[in-house]
Amino acid sequence: MMTGSLSTVYPLKPDRMHEVCGPAAPSFAAVFAAQADAPFLWIREAWRTEQLLPAGFIDFFSPNNLLIASAKNLTEVLAVAEESLRSSVVPLVIMELSQPLNLTTGRRLQLAAKAGKSTALAIIPEGMGSNTAETRWHCRPLFDPADSTLQCWKLIKNKSGTLGVWNVRWSSSSRRINVVSEAGI
Amino acid sequence: MRPVDAPFALTIKQNNTNRLHCLNTLAEQQGLQRGMSYSDARAFCPDLLSHPFDHRSLERFQHILSRWATRYCPWVGLEGQDGLVLDITGAAHLFGGESEMLADMRQRLEHAGLSVRIGIADTRGAAWALARYKEGIAPPGDMISALRSLPAASLRLNSQTDQTLQRLGMRTVGELSTAARAPLNRRFGTELLMRLDQAMGQQPEQISPLKTLPHYGVRMTLPEPIGLVEDVMAGTARLLERLCQSLKLQEMGARVLRLSLRRVDQESQHVELRLARPLRDAPRILPLFERGVDAIDAGYGIDQMRLEAVQIEHLPAQQISQRHGQDKAGLEDLISRLGARIGLENIQRFLPADSHIPERSFIISPVAYSEPGGHWASLRPRPLLIFPPEPIASCGTYPPDHFRWRRMALSTGRVTGPERIAPEWWFSDDNWRSGVRDYWKVDTQQGRRLWLFYTPQNPGWFVQGEFT
Repeated sequence: MMTGSLSTVYPLKPDRMHEVCGPAAPSFAAVFAAQADAPFLWIREAWRTEQLLPAGFIDFFSPNNLLIASAKNLTEVLAVAEESLRSSVVPLVIMELSQPLNLTTGRRLQLAAKAGKSTALAIIPEGMGSNTAETRWHCRPLFDPADSTLQCWKLIKNKSGTLGVWNVRWSSSSRRINVVSEAGI
Repeated sequence: MRPVDAPFALTIKQNNTNRLHCLNTLAEQQGLQRGMSYSDARAFCPDLLSHPFDHRSLERFQHILSRWATRYCPWVGLEGQDGLVLDITGAAHLFGGESEMLADMRQRLEHAGLSVRIGIADTRGAAWALARYKEGIAPPGDMISALRSLPAASLRLNSQTDQTLQRLGMRTVGELSTAARAPLNRRFGTELLMRLDQAMGQQPEQISPLKTLPHYGVRMTLPEPIGLVEDVMAGTARLLERLCQSLKLQEMGARVLRLSLRRVDQESQHVELRLARPLRDAPRILPLFERGVDAIDAGYGIDQMRLEAVQIEHLPAQQISQRHGQDKAGLEDLISRLGARIGLENIQRFLPADSHIPERSFIISPVAYSEPGGHWASLRPRPLLIFPPEPIASCGTYPPDHFRWRRMALSTGRVTGPERIAPEWWFSDDNWRSGVRDYWKVDTQQGRRLWLFYTPQNPGWFVQGEFT
């Protein structure tokens, strides 16, 4: 597989909707949110038993910037996401989806993101991507005897460019992601 | 309760007996009287309707009536439990004189189904006496002639003084006023003479008007019913302008607003707006109403609109900041809009809490009712996600080399720990019944990085979080 430079696709293209799946998806969202530096919205369905632990996010961003919207069902998640994307008040909207989006809803979110100049990031179950997403990532943690931030980011869909795989590390001191040289596994 | 066309009485429970507290004229005609026991009254009049007396609703009614009475003069006070006292000095001529005012008052109150007794006099005491013992208007400046024939009890005396006066043969105010003052003072104390002087106008007596609480409600009645969304929004804009004016005067901000729309067929529809911050800024509030007004069914048209600030909070004037003002306002409006859809309490933020227990290291609080703040710090790495502890099969105090979690076979690569966290005994938390926990961070060969804990007092291994 051809692997270009990560900097061509990450940070994610602004004003678009992106998708991320895989076991390390929440940390991908956290890494991306780290550059927001303003209050942003994280929309979840209320029935989820896993809870975000704010203390875990300290390395990425200040938990004071995290606003949680807990919605009753998927419809509410999408409604809240669209409304907040369109308002252009929050730079980033992260939503956790439990079902795949159809073309209409995906397109609506995409248009809302464009109109409001904010970025949407959907955390989706594996294999449930929608066609309208700008990029789709698959993230999984990798074992590393020396460090525990190593991850494998795999770009599995890209509307405007090539795909790729990168092994990355999070540097909490500089609050940025570093690409590890050995890539293209 | 509706007015009834039958003997009716309110009962009150005194010393374990139900007694009549208040009754209507039909009941009085049947020979019933106030203070009679309820069972006696039922014996006299088997078809007596009754209802328990409610002190609070009477009080509420008295307050409503006092607010109504400000149409005659601004100075309205309460008189006992069942009366009002109005200082109509300088206000009577607006109604064409005292007798016309009295007639107007009587007509309106009787139209509302109330029976009233009204007295007008120069002093509060004299008016009290007239209202209770001889309705009418006292000639100005001559209280004694108006009160001369009234019984002594009309001077607002207590029953003991009244009884003693009757035994002494001083039955009327006239007799009392001509009696020598010194013996009266010695016999009855200063109370009697003070009451007499107050009635005669030789001692001043004030009327304390009720505190008028500002009322945050405006309404508009339309000559023609309206039905278009733009029209309703235009009406709302006008109401909002007026409401915000009065909020601004009192330095208050509305937290919850309710727009009631009355349709032509008397049906009422409501739009409730909960705001993320107390506001009194009409241009900011108006767009938030759009969604609610959109959902209204106008039917044959709306002919009355009423806007009320149901919940208000102090909102002192603030220095407008150049830097953050616009941004914050936008976020607050967004939260209000989202709150209208999913509930204001479902938009939350984390606040730090002082606890080592991971589930209690933060507080989730609604954004609308809290300020971001507090310092976040953690000495040791914490997972991004936590979930209710999931048991894994293992034994020993050191993390297992191989274990199964969520149907995955995992083998341990690197462990960090333990970190012992003791339960907080001052909270009874069922999840922490198993005693202290030793937390381990386990990096598996397969990649997943988990947060495991071991409970030494109740041996067992659990997964509680994931670092990813």
